[in-house]
Amino acid sequence: MTEAAVQAPHSEYGLWSWLTTVDAKRIGVLYGVTAGIFFLIGGVEALFMRTQLMYPDNTFLSADTFNGLFTVHGVTMIFLFLMPMNAAFFNFMIPLQIGARDVAFPRLNAFSYWVYLLGGLLLVSSFVVGAIPKVGWTGYSNLSSSFFTPGIATNFYVVGLLVLGTSSMAAAINFITTIINMRAPGMTPLRMPIFTWTALVTNFLLLLALPPIAVALGQVLFDRTFGTSLHVPSGGGSATLWQHLFWVFGHPEVYILILPPMGMVSDILPTFSRKPLFGFSAMVYATVAIGFLGFGVWAHHMFTVGMGAWGAAIFSAITMLIAIPTGVKIFNWIFTIIGGQFRMTTAALFAAAFIPLFTLAGLTGIMHSSPPIDWQHHDSYFVVAHFHYVLVAGSVVGIFGGIYYWFPKVTGRMLSETLGKLHFWTFMIGINLTFFPMHFLGVDGMPRRVYTYQTGFNFDTWNFWVTIGAYITGASMLILIFNIFKSLKSGAVAGPDPWDARTLEWSISSPPPEYNFVELPQVTARDDFWHRKYELKNFQPQPDNQQVHMPPPSYWPLITALGLGVFFTGFVFEWYVLPFIGAPITLIAVFCWSFEEFEM
Amino acid sequence: MSEASHEGGHHTSLGVDSRKLGMWIFLASECLLFGTLIFTFLLYRNKGIEEPNIPAEILDIPVTTASTFVLLMSSFSIVLALHAIQTGKIKSFQRWILTTAIGGIVFLGFQTYEFTEFVQGGLGLSTNVFGSSFFMLTGTHGFHVAIGVIWLLALYFSSLRGGLKVDGALKVDTMALYWHFVDIIWIVIFTVVYLFAVV
Repeated sequence: MTEAAVQAPHSEYGLWSWLTTVDAKRIGVLYGVTAGIFFLIGGVEALFMRTQLMYPDNTFLSADTFNGLFTVHGVTMIFLFLMPMNAAFFNFMIPLQIGARDVAFPRLNAFSYWVYLLGGLLLVSSFVVGAIPKVGWTGYSNLSSSFFTPGIATNFYVVGLLVLGTSSMAAAINFITTIINMRAPGMTPLRMPIFTWTALVTNFLLLLALPPIAVALGQVLFDRTFGTSLHVPSGGGSATLWQHLFWVFGHPEVYILILPPMGMVSDILPTFSRKPLFGFSAMVYATVAIGFLGFGVWAHHMFTVGMGAWGAAIFSAITMLIAIPTGVKIFNWIFTIIGGQFRMTTAALFAAAFIPLFTLAGLTGIMHSSPPIDWQHHDSYFVVAHFHYVLVAGSVVGIFGGIYYWFPKVTGRMLSETLGKLHFWTFMIGINLTFFPMHFLGVDGMPRRVYTYQTGFNFDTWNFWVTIGAYITGASMLILIFNIFKSLKSGAVAGPDPWDARTLEWSISSPPPEYNFVELPQVTARDDFWHRKYELKNFQPQPDNQQVHMPPPSYWPLITALGLGVFFTGFVFEWYVLPFIGAPITLIAVFCWSFEEFEM
Repeated sequence: MSEASHEGGHHTSLGVDSRKLGMWIFLASECLLFGTLIFTFLLYRNKGIEEPNIPAEILDIPVTTASTFVLLMSSFSIVLALHAIQTGKIKSFQRWILTTAIGGIVFLGFQTYEFTEFVQGGLGLSTNVFGSSFFMLTGTHGFHVAIGVIWLLALYFSSLRGGLKVDGALKVDTMALYWHFVDIIWIVIFTVVYLFAVV
């Protein structure tokens, strides 16, 4: 491979270069843009539902459509927006933060993206063919059996999640290997940036939580396709097996969605407070503890199933334990800000707002850990309020902080601060007006997943205001989109280190060159870049426009993903010829992939 | 290009090649995959409504003991194959890797025989939940063996064509990890599915 070793960096443009890219930064951009589009789709679904619920006895949507919308809204927001948006940050930032040129398996990385895209398109195609799954994002059995939901609609849910799980599994193996094995010399575990730490724990959660749901989905697929009864009580199947397997995945999933934004917040706050993160190692241990405990609490989603006093008590106690590492994190964030020179940038505002908003989400979470209270709140809007505070006021707010923080690194241009602050305040008003009154609705007894309600139950006023809040949130998103397009075109040039930040990604140019680092950094301290700038005072910018050998592009990841897509599409539409076409394509593509000349 | 930048691509923090580390991480997730399938089997093994629903009556333990022995021996032969390629004995490597693949094929032959016997004995995939969870568990394992056999044969033919000169020992080492894992899981399955049925 001597010829390849001297070839210039692949700076090609055009569609083909994107289809065959194995550069983690480009794949990160692909993930981010795709996830952003799915976020808008999921948001519009939410607005449709809120419009229906604005007035009592509304007839804007039918009950059937409403069932489809809340199912697809949940699936879209979790699997097509939040998880891949986190993956976008993993792709772009992990190699930069640990001082690596790329991820451990660049082609597997591309494969993950293409499988995600195909899985997303498969789910969205349920709208096109008019067979929207209506089983809720939890897909409880035996509602998901072919007796209660005949036709292909539920197949989209079952197969779509299997495809997306494959993508996440490949990505998890890749990111864990990268973080463990690709760190720059001197980047010991406790010198890694906190975002990389949360990414590591998140990907371990994915690695270990996805197999149970994959098996459960496979069982439901067998029930629906081959007539087995694993989740059909009339055939001897258990009615609660699905719930256990789903939540064994589903609860770690919550931490999969919230830990990366916590990591973003933990990177943003020190930068804008000009102070190291308070209690760094406590933060790391808290993250690991949350990940570990996250596997022992799944049945708190199932208190109403009737597990008996012992089962409920044990799961209740472990759930309450999670409040301890979470509390450690919250206090560490507060003490990072206190005593620092806090700069009110948009990124810092989002990160700071995350603290009280997430605390609110955590407080209702602790309430639910008590079975008697949970029995009262179960399947009510109180629960809807709780998990939207976790995922919107928590995850999304943290991710917005991450977007404002890292946009200059990714694009080389600054986002407008004026528009950013407008976005921040409208978003804060919007989400709190949307989700806070849901607590009241829940306590007043409004059940979740209902398509309408009658007047006279004290639901009318708050539902009206919740819908207004949803519209404000939607309008606020338009400001962000406008800001992104405007800044891409005419934003101020960022330079390598616009925030006077602390971690390695800010030590190279923006956007970074394909090879990230000409010479791998020799790390000597936590927040190594800051250490070099202000303590050693010997920071040397890396030389630009170097020729560094990087992996060549490859189209086999895309073809492998297409083969898998064909394979699984056959099970959705019940065209059983497709698996026989897709399987050989996948097999052949994997062979060509293995024998491809691919010098790392 | 500079020497330092070339080394950069091969630097690993643990000194272990990333492909081998990646395999270890993948196998961690496989534990959960088989764990879930085994859990489901244990839940359902005596809950079948339709007959045959008594595991001890339908499982053929002597035959499975024989196939288990073959699979275990293939773990031994892949160790010999790995040793051969590490010491540069290509002929010996080819012999042992082919032996390993044949071991896998024989195991799959036993499994095909077993499945056919069960279906003729009235226990199909959808007969009852015992059958479903049995076929899904052992079938998933068989699928893993089949993937392993294809992989082994690919290594064998690649070596015949003069491949495996670069990183050959590493590639076989990574494969061997997978193969040992598939073996170990079978020991668990053999214990839980077959031996538990008669104790």
